Amino acid sequence: MVRIHFKETIMNKKWYILILIITFSQPAAAKLNVFACEPEWAALAKELGGNKLRIYSATTGLQDPHHIQARPSLLAKARRADLLVCTGAELEIGWLPILLRRTGNRKIQVGQLGHFMASDYVKMLDIPTVVDRSLGDIHAAGNPHIQTDPSNIANVALVLAQRLIQIDPRRANYYQRRYQNFSKRWQQAMQRWKKQAAILKGTSIVVHHKSWVYMENWLGLQEVATLEPKPGLPPSSWHLAQVLRTLKQNPAKMVIHSAYQNSRPAKWLARRANIPAVALPSTVGGNKAAKDLFSLFDNIINQLKAAIK
Amino acid sequence: MKKLTTAIALAISTNSAIAETNKSFNPDISIILDGRYANFQNNPEDYELPGFQLGGESGLGEDGFSLGHSELVFSGNIDDKFYGVLTAALHSHDGETHIELEEAYFETLGLGAGLNVKAGRFFSAMGYLNDQHEHSWDFADAPLIYQGLFANHLSNDGVQVSWIAPTDLFIQTGAEVSHDDAYTLFANFGGDIGDSHSWQIGISHWSSNIDARTSAAHDHGAEVVHTPSFSGDSQINAIDIVWKWAPNGNYKDRNFKLQFEYFDRQEDGTFEILGSDPLKTVAYDGSQSGWYLQSVYQFMPQWRVGLRYDRLDSDNKASNETFLSNVGLDNEGITPQRYSMMLDWSYTEYSRVRLQYNRDESYEQADDQIFLQYTMSLGSHGAHTF
Repeated sequence: MVRIHFKETIMNKKWYILILIITFSQPAAAKLNVFACEPEWAALAKELGGNKLRIYSATTGLQDPHHIQARPSLLAKARRADLLVCTGAELEIGWLPILLRRTGNRKIQVGQLGHFMASDYVKMLDIPTVVDRSLGDIHAAGNPHIQTDPSNIANVALVLAQRLIQIDPRRANYYQRRYQNFSKRWQQAMQRWKKQAAILKGTSIVVHHKSWVYMENWLGLQEVATLEPKPGLPPSSWHLAQVLRTLKQNPAKMVIHSAYQNSRPAKWLARRANIPAVALPSTVGGNKAAKDLFSLFDNIINQLKAAIK
Repeated sequence: MKKLTTAIALAISTNSAIAETNKSFNPDISIILDGRYANFQNNPEDYELPGFQLGGESGLGEDGFSLGHSELVFSGNIDDKFYGVLTAALHSHDGETHIELEEAYFETLGLGAGLNVKAGRFFSAMGYLNDQHEHSWDFADAPLIYQGLFANHLSNDGVQVSWIAPTDLFIQTGAEVSHDDAYTLFANFGGDIGDSHSWQIGISHWSSNIDARTSAAHDHGAEVVHTPSFSGDSQINAIDIVWKWAPNGNYKDRNFKLQFEYFDRQEDGTFEILGSDPLKTVAYDGSQSGWYLQSVYQFMPQWRVGLRYDRLDSDNKASNETFLSNVGLDNEGITPQRYSMMLDWSYTEYSRVRLQYNRDESYEQADDQIFLQYTMSLGSHGAHTF
């Protein structure tokens, strides 16, 4: 009896070792879980990591990233994330801190390799000299809507590719190759956009929220007014009337709003000022045409050009 | 390629310089200012919940203008492994200012494997509303069942361990142990349905071997007030359901929230009437339950409306019948209920003014209650739970 039992134990041990080998060799073959706070970073991760990443985007292009619920599904996804790719600069301040604190996931905590904030790697605009709530919803680190300038995407792509290699060094060659491929295509696209958009230089625009400063900087657009009286506050009829007065002196060519913003104020102003209202996708998925990062900027440029015709 | 790297290196150095000037080692501080004007038809001093004992802060509060909880919250990372919070509430009562330590705990940061440990004084994970502070409530007052069982909040001095399962469906389980021999077990489940809907269901169980719990004496006009003190076994089971909706999951302009909680408490033990001579003891077998259903709809930016219905039920037994009615544990044939309506306006997420009307049928004499409440938040931007 004892003998048989002993034999069984050895047999079991063999199984254990086999199971151990399988479990521990799994991560090498397993896909990296990427939790992207916004769709543009999910799209960028897809360009760089292809099918070696399992990517989840916490928001869609039809959601205002300032106002996201720290909902159960996000906790479940962040719990298993190997890499968190977010904008930072306090864009996600209303929900991301909860995910970091509650998920008990060490990999994505501040200071870890899995904690990647894109705004750390671009030159920030609109950095306020005074930070006070009476000025509206402003961010001390600067304007967080960095994804509307493709050169910011290029900067982030390089660091993100390096980060993927650091986290998953066994696939270094793969990420490297994909980065080079993406970078080449992106540089070509940027040259194309620059050429296509040359005609837009100096165009005056009105925007709903100050979420286009990077695009304005890139294309040389002039922002004349915002529909929000202060960042984050909904447009009031009093303020809209004021904007209309401003436009009499300082006319604009179009009113721009994001797909996730109420279109009524923009349409109201557009009708009164006799200029087009343009619903731009602020990120991938912001409209049907914006399927990936390339078609996002294609669509933005096409729509802007159509508006000044 | 090299040029790009240098450009990025430059960008990084500029941003980190900014980060340094903005980040200091001070904890984040936020202050909540809360006050209200209340109008009651009945004398708020007469308030009672037949079948339940009111204690602590339960009750209606003062008629007319009064300050609510002014909260002071300090929070921050202790180091890369721990996070700490201290919440102090200041409130006035009968001309005296009281300071109450609502929460003072630390919790682990990224312990790994989905584990989280919390220790100190904290609001229990029992139920849904319990671990939310008053300033984030959707109504000016707590649901009746929270008043009847917890005097608004179930607070622990102890330890909580929780774990989130590595699954796509949100599954969280946890346990709490606290100083008064009490323990809590809880589990939460949740997920999304499409982009527009999110849900969460929680179940929890609380159990304690209570040693001498006193509550405010129930005064029926008697000259001498005796304080009843309960010792024995107490068990609470609860379920909570929350469903949220926003068009395409975009909460900024419009959103809807439906919330339901049910609590059931079973108690078995004895009451001692403190101050009686000779010391009177009564065997007690309590059965109390209650639920509420509420919905809040943000119909346009800054504006929300809400409806709530509360209901309590009790069937308490004691070896001495008159004892039950003397201490307010006799339900007097009444099932307390309350209808509430509210309208609130938040200019920004930091400022809110709320108007609320209650039709309160908690006891034999129905009451019409009106609240005009303000809640203002200063300081650091707190993230909110689901």
